[in-house]
Order: sequence, then structure tokens, then C-alpha cells
Amino acid sequence: MTTNKENWGSRVGLVLAMAGNAVGFGNFLRFPVQAVQNGGGAFIIPYIVSFLLMGIPLLFIEWASGRYGGKFGHHSTPFILNSLDKRALWRYVGVFGIFSNIAIAAYYCYMESWTISYMLHSVIGTFDGKTQHEVAAFFTDYLDVSVSTTGIPYEAIVMFLLCLALNTYILSKGLMGGVEKVAKIGVPLLILFGIFLAIKGVTLKAGSQGAINDGTVGLNFLWTPDYTSLSNPKVWLAAAGQIFFTLSVGMGSIQCYASYVRKNQDVALNAMSAGWMNEFVEIVLGSAVIIPIAIGYLGIDRVVELTNIGGLGLGFRTMPYLFEQWGPILSAVAGLAFFGMLFFAGITSSLAMGTPGMSFLMDEFNGSRKNAALSFGIITLLLGLPTIFFFTEGVFDEYDYWAGTVSLFVFAMFEAILFAWIFGMNKGWREILSGADIKVPMIYKYIIKYVTPVVLIIVFLGALLRPVNDNWSSLSFKGWALHNESIIGQLQHKGIGPNDKWFSESFYAENSGTVDSLYVERNKTFLSVTGLNADGKSQSKSYRYIADKHSLQVKKGDQVKAGQVLYTGEVTNRVFYIDMARLLLLSVFVFICALVYIAYHKRKREGLKV
Amino acid sequence: MNTSALIMMITVESIVILFTGFFFWKVLYTKPKPEEENQESEL
Repeated sequence: MTTNKENWGSRVGLVLAMAGNAVGFGNFLRFPVQAVQNGGGAFIIPYIVSFLLMGIPLLFIEWASGRYGGKFGHHSTPFILNSLDKRALWRYVGVFGIFSNIAIAAYYCYMESWTISYMLHSVIGTFDGKTQHEVAAFFTDYLDVSVSTTGIPYEAIVMFLLCLALNTYILSKGLMGGVEKVAKIGVPLLILFGIFLAIKGVTLKAGSQGAINDGTVGLNFLWTPDYTSLSNPKVWLAAAGQIFFTLSVGMGSIQCYASYVRKNQDVALNAMSAGWMNEFVEIVLGSAVIIPIAIGYLGIDRVVELTNIGGLGLGFRTMPYLFEQWGPILSAVAGLAFFGMLFFAGITSSLAMGTPGMSFLMDEFNGSRKNAALSFGIITLLLGLPTIFFFTEGVFDEYDYWAGTVSLFVFAMFEAILFAWIFGMNKGWREILSGADIKVPMIYKYIIKYVTPVVLIIVFLGALLRPVNDNWSSLSFKGWALHNESIIGQLQHKGIGPNDKWFSESFYAENSGTVDSLYVERNKTFLSVTGLNADGKSQSKSYRYIADKHSLQVKKGDQVKAGQVLYTGEVTNRVFYIDMARLLLLSVFVFICALVYIAYHKRKREGLKV
Repeated sequence: MNTSALIMMITVESIVILFTGFFFWKVLYTKPKPEEENQESEL
């Protein structure tokens, strides 16, 4: 019998916890970058359409199926899905709902620890007087575990442990005493910090405090619609992808939280309130912080260039430098507000990621909450360490791709089909309406049944078969070249380049150009090759080598071609770390499958309902 | 800001603020339902 008998303390607490689950780094760092790259103001049209046709239906599905599973004492997706249909397949589809949370938490807690560190550095004035290059280099140094920016040895790991310990402690206090309390403090605070920064961003004046543009220039850039982008499937897929990430659907955390809602309580209004609160943070606040401030100081061209390295780079490499322009006191306040906002956005999400795995252990193996929280902490630590030690080798990105992207698409697609077609839309609709405090438009019954599964299948196929350069008109029955980031492309190691063996005796250049420098940075030796990329723009690439282990085959000023040997000696290529990361993730998935198998047979032996 | 950007921003943000406010207001002021204990045993 389960030891898991918790409930939410209040409705507001539940809604704020769910909103906190949804609001994360992506609201402030990913959304504005996606909007800039996909048609500015016009991006919002596919984004809203995706929210209405995919986001809201998935919220209804996940809230309703979570509460339904909770009636039978199930609080994790393997058995929640199994309560909708008894076939074994659904138990194992449900494994995604535990797996993705644990794997995402492993790197998400690491990112969360950056915000703690950056709050500290903002307050103690680490960034005072630093150039933009120095602030950017600080982030690179921070990610290098052998470098300490504060004098604390292995600072990045210490901060990660601190962050993990905090998450574990809060989770051990339970839903009402831990998660709900943090949500009630964290969500209002992050909104307050966001409002403060948005006001600062929008009211920025050219010529004041070193700004070259008004804050409204950034808003203008972000919101000016480019309607031609609406005919580009890439924009629609980007908008659908953003809805996934921002609402935290397809993860299993919503079902888990909703499974603690009492059976006569509402899910429809709660789902809408939490979902729209996330949209408020993303659209209203998220669009008014980093883009207006960054364009205010750096101009449109530079910011467009920076968005190509993603929101994380913009947030951690650039924002502290921009805040410095506001003087020592205001920059400390702004840094604290910005990274504090990201911290609260992060922790309310990571707590939600911890809950499904813990609930599974408590439901199926009669674990106490404290032991379950400790298990979460240990597993997250073990899974998180490779992302720290091998960050530059691409392990972090592998976790993000397979657990944070592909798993969500797969799980959401299956759960929508299960709910609408196998559990049955009539029963499903009754579940959504049961106890509802709002009138849900009837059209959603048909959207959930017909539109959402089709949209999700298209999104999944889009990710699976994405063509090179996002040229969707190249699709034909004769085949087409795949994008490096398509699922099949990733499986085929497309884009890995000439260093495609785990180990080799030679390291090959991955770009063509001139060897323009051999340099030492943080006691590490590098050589840099600069040439023109496919777009005719200058591109520089640095390659690390170990002076006493590798023998250079080129010298400064040499012309090299991609595929030419740069140095010889024992080489462990990036692809080795990538494959090890994939193997590790696969092992975790198989391990959870085994636990689900054991739990199922344990339930049968004990004569419990499945 | 140019007119189309301004219209787009004000329209979208107004809709979002309106819905967010409305739903959260409903959450705050809807009378709670009486609690039912022992969900599992009642099924």
C-alpha cells in the first residue's frame, strides 16, 4: 500500500506551483531569442495558435489524466497512464514522464546553480569595471571546473551541490510544507523582479548611462511583424517547440502535481490559470527584459549576432556587463533581480522535476518522503556531474536534446493519442469537466480529439525529418538531406565532422582557413583557424591540444583545409563523450523501465489495483 | 515604435493580461468545494 497520502494545502498554492513549474529560464532567455529569429512580432501568431491548439489541450489532458490517476493512488506517469488503459505499453510510455524529469533536472539544477553564483558575483561587484569580453570570459572560466572565480576550489561543483542540497531539502518537506511554500514566495518574487527589469528595459534612454538606443527600439524590433515568415514551416515548428518548453507539457510533472488534486476538485480553471500565468511571464515580461536592454546598449546587429549563440549566452555572457552601465549600486540590484528572477523561475521548475520520481518511489516501494528526496538528490548528482565535467565536450547539449526535447515530443504525442482515442474522448471530456469551475468551450472536445494529436504527430515528424537549412520545399519521395539537428541526423552523427572516431592518432581541422594563432588560456593550449563559412562570413574556430602529448602538424600562418591533420598523438574525440552521454541516458531509461516492471509485479503479488 | 509593432504588442499583451487576470481572479474568489476523504477507498 502506498505511503503517499499528500494533498495540496490551498488552491492558490497549487496554481502557483503549477505556474512555477511552467515558468523557467526559457521564458526570459529562450522566448525572446526565438521571436527574434522567427519573424519578430509575426512569431506570436503561430505561437498563439500553437498555444490554443496544442498547449491548452495538453494542459487539459495532463491535468485531467493526473487527477484521474490520483483517484487510484497513482502519482507517477507509468501507472497514471496505465489507469487510462491497462495495456503494458502505456506503463513503459509513462517511463518518459519520470526519465525526462530526472535527466532534465540533472542539467537544469546546474544552470540554477549558475544563477546563485551570479547573484553572489553581482552583489560583491565581480563584474565592476570589466569589459564586455572579460564578462563573457568570466562565464567560460566559470564553466571550467578547474578555474575558481571566487577562490572556492571547484566552485561550479560546490554551487551545484549547494543548489541540489536546497532542492532535496525542500522536496523532503513535502508538497504543502516545501514545494507550495517555495511557489508562494518564488512566483510573486520573480514576477516583481521581472516587472522591475521590464520597466528599466523599456524606459532606457539613448545617451543615458551609455545606452545607444531607447528601450523601445528593442521592443519595436521584437514586435514588428514580418508576415512572410508565416509561410515558413520552420517558424511554425519553432513556435510549437516553444509552447512545449514553456508550458512544461510532455514531461509528466503536471500529471504528478495534478494527481494530488482531490477527485471532486476543479482541474479546468486551475489549468487555465497556471497556463495563462506562464504566458503573462513569457510574453509580457520575457519580451521586455533582455532584448530591449541588449539592443539599448549593443544595437540590433550585434544582438542578432548574439542570439545565434542562444539565450543562455545572452543572459550570462552579456547581461552582467550591460547592468554595469547603470553604476555600482543599481547594477548590483539589477544583477540580483535578474539572476534572482532566473533562480526562482528555475527552482520552482526543478522542484516539479523532482516530484514524479519521488512519487513513484513512494507509491511503489513504500519509501518515505525523506528517502525519496535523498534518492532524487543522489541520482541527479550522479547524472549531473558528467554535464559539469564534460560541458565543453557537448554532454550538456546531449541531455538537453534527448531528454529535454525528443522525450517531450514522444511522450506528448502518445499521451494525446491515449487520452483522446484509447481512453476515449467522451470519458476524457467528462474528466475535464468534472468539478470544473469554468465552462470549457465544447470545441475543445473536438480539438483534443482531432487537431491536437495530428499537430503533435506533425511536430514529432518535423523533428525527426527536419531538412537541411530548414528548406521544407526540398522534401520529396526521392529523399532529402537532413538537418544536423533532426533526430535521424543526430543518430547518424551528422555535423560531427572529420573527427568521427572515439579515439584516434590524429586530430583533423573541422573548418578551412588560416592558422592565425597558437595561444595559452587558463594554462591550456589552443590553436585557432580562421576562414570563411558557407555564408561567406569570417569564422574562427579554436582547437585545444595538449602541448606535451600532441605533436602539431601545422604552424602559425599555414593554410589548412577541413579534414587536414592539425596534430598527432592520442586523441579522445568529442563523439566519444556524446555517445557515452547517450548511453548513460539510455541506461537510465532502461533502469526506470526495470523498476516499473518490478513495481507492476509487486502490485500484482500484493493484490493491489494497477 | 512603429504602428504595426505597437498594435501587435498592445493587442497581444492586453489579451494575455486580461485572461491571466480573469482566471487568477476566479481561482481566488471561487468558493471551495467540500473535501472528500479517502479517495482510493471510495472507488
